[in-house]
Amino acid sequence: MKPAINEIQDEIIEEFSLLENDMESTIFYIMEMGGKLPPLDEKYKVEENIVKGCQSKVWLVSSFEDGKVIFKADSNTDITKGLISLLIRVWNERTPEEILHSELYFVERIGMRKVIGSQRSNGFSSMIKQMKLYALAFQNIQHHGRE
Amino acid sequence: MIDIPAIREQFPVLHQEVNGHPLVYFDNAATTQKPQRVIDALLHYYRFDNSNIHRGVHTLADRATDGFEQTRELAAKFINAAEKEEVIFTKGTTEGINLVAHSFGRSMLHPGDEVIISAMEHHSNIVPWQMICEERGALLKVIPVTENGELILEEYARQLGPKTKMVALVHVSNTLGTVNPVRKITEMAHQAGAKVLIDAAQSVGHLPVDVQEIDCDFLVFSAHKIYGPTGVGVLYGKRAELEALPPYQGGGSMIRDVRFEKTTYNDIPYKFEAGTPTIGEVIAFKPAIEFINELGKPAIHSHEDELFRQAREGLQSIPGVRLVGQAAEASGIVSFLLEKTHLFDTGMLLDARGIAIRTGHHCTQPLMERFGIEGTCRASFAVYNTKEEVDYFLESVEKIATR
Repeated sequence: MKPAINEIQDEIIEEFSLLENDMESTIFYIMEMGGKLPPLDEKYKVEENIVKGCQSKVWLVSSFEDGKVIFKADSNTDITKGLISLLIRVWNERTPEEILHSELYFVERIGMRKVIGSQRSNGFSSMIKQMKLYALAFQNIQHHGRE
Repeated sequence: MIDIPAIREQFPVLHQEVNGHPLVYFDNAATTQKPQRVIDALLHYYRFDNSNIHRGVHTLADRATDGFEQTRELAAKFINAAEKEEVIFTKGTTEGINLVAHSFGRSMLHPGDEVIISAMEHHSNIVPWQMICEERGALLKVIPVTENGELILEEYARQLGPKTKMVALVHVSNTLGTVNPVRKITEMAHQAGAKVLIDAAQSVGHLPVDVQEIDCDFLVFSAHKIYGPTGVGVLYGKRAELEALPPYQGGGSMIRDVRFEKTTYNDIPYKFEAGTPTIGEVIAFKPAIEFINELGKPAIHSHEDELFRQAREGLQSIPGVRLVGQAAEASGIVSFLLEKTHLFDTGMLLDARGIAIRTGHHCTQPLMERFGIEGTCRASFAVYNTKEEVDYFLESVEKIATR
């Protein structure tokens, strides 16, 4: 049984607390997590998959399997890849309802705004928004069938 | 020798920690920090002297006008202008170039005429010329740049001709640090009958700049890149050239007489200074120039050049680091890339260690395209930087490059 969204969030908060607010270790850790993200097939790295509002290039694709949303992503920068890998860790293979009803409190608790600064924070918000939009679209398909 | 610790004492902003490390500020090509005397002058103006300049008969107006004109006089001496009327205050380098492109373009450019710029220009010395060339039916030519980041002067010689009306060129590249031979370039342009504008934004605070020696017709720079406040720039122009140009903006100060039938314009420099300027900032620009004058440009340059060489040679010896631009004549600015780390990541990792550098295209997208890259990491130095800071920077880059 996959742990609940909030259990994963608590896990992330725990891991970051070990870094003791050291900016360099935190960034290295984020980059390391990005490195663990499964590679995204080159064919998905196209304009239409780019998350708008990010300084770096972020490609995000999703699919809907057995009532669960599957996210895949990549970025041209390691830090951004690490950031989206955190979101994927929390939201991957969840039902649209789980995604839409969850509150991402870990972002605030690990001091993300301070780590990534205001420009990247906007990009990070764009990623969250895009993932929620995908969840919403799949929820509509589920309820109303394909158009 | 200059006393660096004593200089650093004058810059309050430098004495702070960023992310648990002492701040190392290597983003001086974007803007320099301000010495206490500049901050004090700005505060003093608003506290005691605030008033609109020119045309006032009361005491405060007189004080403000006097302070404003004193800066003009010092700025003129700073670049060795023949007279203070040749110094026009602008918002900054960008406005200075727009002013010349607009006023010169509307009066002197005709269909088929040519303007020459270079491939290492800042967007602010590209776009205004593109706009006016398009409007006037003129052609914009671009001096190409070698792999080392140097201008190909043979190509420039071929481009020059009777149709060339203006050559607008950067003195020191804000991305590569290349120092261009502006005196020679000006001489060649004049032989072809063209006028010359020099963008001295990255040179005037670091290298000797003498407008009479260069013999350029126009020269522009910003106060905020040479320890002064933001919102102030200088446009130098030879008297004859400035008098020949029509005004840029209409409004107060720039007129002699306004009649609905016909308005006559003021003399230079006021003809080009419409509207209330940034008075306090202009006044506070004076102590910034005095700061530079007290140290002397030769001493400033020799210190900064030492840091530059230390950084360039140090970066070159780190495996996985690529320098962008290696001109023989270069100064104060070094651009680089790490093979394994994206430039944005490099910038953030350096910031995590308290080091401020700039990452991106530095408003020189055509130059980045020339090198086939998205941007660079850029470290740029000012007189308050130290050898120890460069050591720490190199050690940090090495740590990131070899992770």
